Amino acid sequence: MGAHHHGPAKGLSRWLFTTNHKDIGTMYLWFSFAMFILGGAFAMIIRAELFQPGMQLVEPAFFNQMTTLHGLVMVFGAIMPSFVGLANWMIPMMIGAPDMALPRMNNWSFWILPPAFLILASTLFMEGGAPNFGWTFYAPLSTTYAPPSVTYFIFSIHVLGLSSIMGSINIIATVMNMRAPGMTYMKMPLFVWTWLITAFLLVAVMPVLAGAVTMMLMDIHFGTSFFSAAGGGDPVLFQHIFWFFGHPEVYIIILPAFGVVSQIIPAFSRKPLFGYDSMVYATASIAFLSFVVWAHHMYTVGMPVAGELFFMYATMLIAVPTGVKVFNWVTTMWRGAMTFETPMLFCMGFLVLFTIGGFTGLMLSIAPADFQYHDSYFVVAHFHYVMVAGAVFSMSAAVYYWLPKWCGRMYNETMGKTHFWISFIGFNITFFPQHFVGLAGMPRRIPDYALQFADFNMLSSIGAFIYGASQILFLYNVIATIVAGKPTSDEKTWDGAEGLEWTVATPAPYHTFETPPQVK
Amino acid sequence: MLRVSSNPVLDTVVKLVTTAVLMFAFVFVVMVPLYDVLCDALGINGKTSGQAYTAVQAGVDESRTITIQFVATNNEGMPWEFGPSVTRMLVHPGASNDTVFHARNPLPRPMVAQAIPSVSPSRAAAYFHKTECFCFNQQPLDGETATEMPLQFIVDRDLPADIKTITLSYTMFDVTDMVGGAVAAR
Repeated sequence: MGAHHHGPAKGLSRWLFTTNHKDIGTMYLWFSFAMFILGGAFAMIIRAELFQPGMQLVEPAFFNQMTTLHGLVMVFGAIMPSFVGLANWMIPMMIGAPDMALPRMNNWSFWILPPAFLILASTLFMEGGAPNFGWTFYAPLSTTYAPPSVTYFIFSIHVLGLSSIMGSINIIATVMNMRAPGMTYMKMPLFVWTWLITAFLLVAVMPVLAGAVTMMLMDIHFGTSFFSAAGGGDPVLFQHIFWFFGHPEVYIIILPAFGVVSQIIPAFSRKPLFGYDSMVYATASIAFLSFVVWAHHMYTVGMPVAGELFFMYATMLIAVPTGVKVFNWVTTMWRGAMTFETPMLFCMGFLVLFTIGGFTGLMLSIAPADFQYHDSYFVVAHFHYVMVAGAVFSMSAAVYYWLPKWCGRMYNETMGKTHFWISFIGFNITFFPQHFVGLAGMPRRIPDYALQFADFNMLSSIGAFIYGASQILFLYNVIATIVAGKPTSDEKTWDGAEGLEWTVATPAPYHTFETPPQVK
Repeated sequence: MLRVSSNPVLDTVVKLVTTAVLMFAFVFVVMVPLYDVLCDALGINGKTSGQAYTAVQAGVDESRTITIQFVATNNEGMPWEFGPSVTRMLVHPGASNDTVFHARNPLPRPMVAQAIPSVSPSRAAAYFHKTECFCFNQQPLDGETATEMPLQFIVDRDLPADIKTITLSYTMFDVTDMVGGAVAAR
């Protein structure tokens, strides 16, 4: 064994001190799954309370903490870190790099995450309870009327923002400087492209989020009045700053998902991706537009008509590049030799359900109509169609697609397909009825509801329990694969898969591409 | 491309860290002032000017009569009795009008209050000029005492013709604890 051919260190120190992109990617993935279970447990409490009208299980104050923490944990703890983990694992292998550009910062950006969420979760046990103002933490709910634990919440947002910024800088530095010879920008796999653009979005808007929580901190503790009308500030300013971060944030969540789908659909259609160039340009256009549409989240604050019109048209414009993507995926499948293994099933589920979520998004973009939809369950249904069926489905697809490469063992296909169908059915039972109750006027974030919504809510809760249970099956399948899956040493797990990651041995060795490959 | 270092990775990192720091600063030095400037310039958000208006002699337009409604609200937890002496006035554009709001502090301790105005429809805010207003300053009041607070205003002659009624609303905030801190009165 040569001096530079280290295997992983033994024991706990391997994980604490590792600078290996695969180890760090693995830790990110496991951490995000743990957060997915935690956030899911909060969701189960919400759905159990809403199973029947009237106050059933929990106090309203605790219900508010559940809606808040469910959103925060899922967005910042589950979805974002899961894609960062995927980026860590796959980007170096996809561009022919031996590791990330800044391996030590990589270790640091992961290891500050668990303490941040430990602090956030610990607020549940503090006097006055956890944050209860919704994941959007609008002032003055999050300042004047916030529980004392809000200061811990602010600190945890600062820390996880720092982690995201460091992770993004690492990804950009890797993609810009570490590509194998011949790997030009327009030859990069789409997953790398979407992540590069996502990382730029993160560097641009996570500091804005940090600014927003810093202003809250100053208003609460240092006597400033950024968001307090009494001192000359304005609570509406908070919403502008928050959504200036928040809208790019939703693309930060979905663009890597687009990248995953753009890798998997061609593999199982056995055709190259249709319209590669237009996919890249569409991704860049979506990222650009995401900065000029933020106020569509706040049509009801009393904007002038000119403002409503601008944000309405700009928002509708996003449907164009997004439509380009959907049509490109459909066209990739057209006349392909398609097979429907689990990753492909999840991508098809993504395609259908994400498009429904896109359409409801278009409905919400219509300013005059939005006055009825605003803060109703219609909004809840819309963003779960894009977040769960978009981001989480594509993440499941990614795990099934690359798991054999990661651990050299094949997952159980029947169990995978079962996971997909239970998820798909459970998801739709949960969220499709929420469109109806939302249009009929049921407000979000309220622990009780009018009697006429009882049947749909019970259906929704049953669906949520089914969806939640299917994730346990997923966990079991992944663990069973790692422990006792059928060993495979095929370099290419899938005969239609393309890309450098399929040229290395299976399971992927601890160090790959120590000598860069030649890309023709 | 601009190079700040001979190591290309370091070069990328320096640029990105700079971008992140600038974006953080952008929130404080651009977004916050820009929001106030835009609200003032466009007269949106129902904000009236925080400065006294210097009247210009432009004559009274007696052909139009505008109804002014006064609304007074206490912010949550504010115990003062606070309200307008009249709830409704008929005025001509260009004419100077006077009214008073009364306030009483029912608690046995001195308090300081700040009234925040808002005009509806918000388009009218730019045409509603206050030459004197209790809202320009904080209002200290000893315990268990009452006061009359003057308001003097002119409705601009250029008020759009379709606006027949203007509602001026004041919300009274308890700022006793904030006095001494950085308070930008409006």
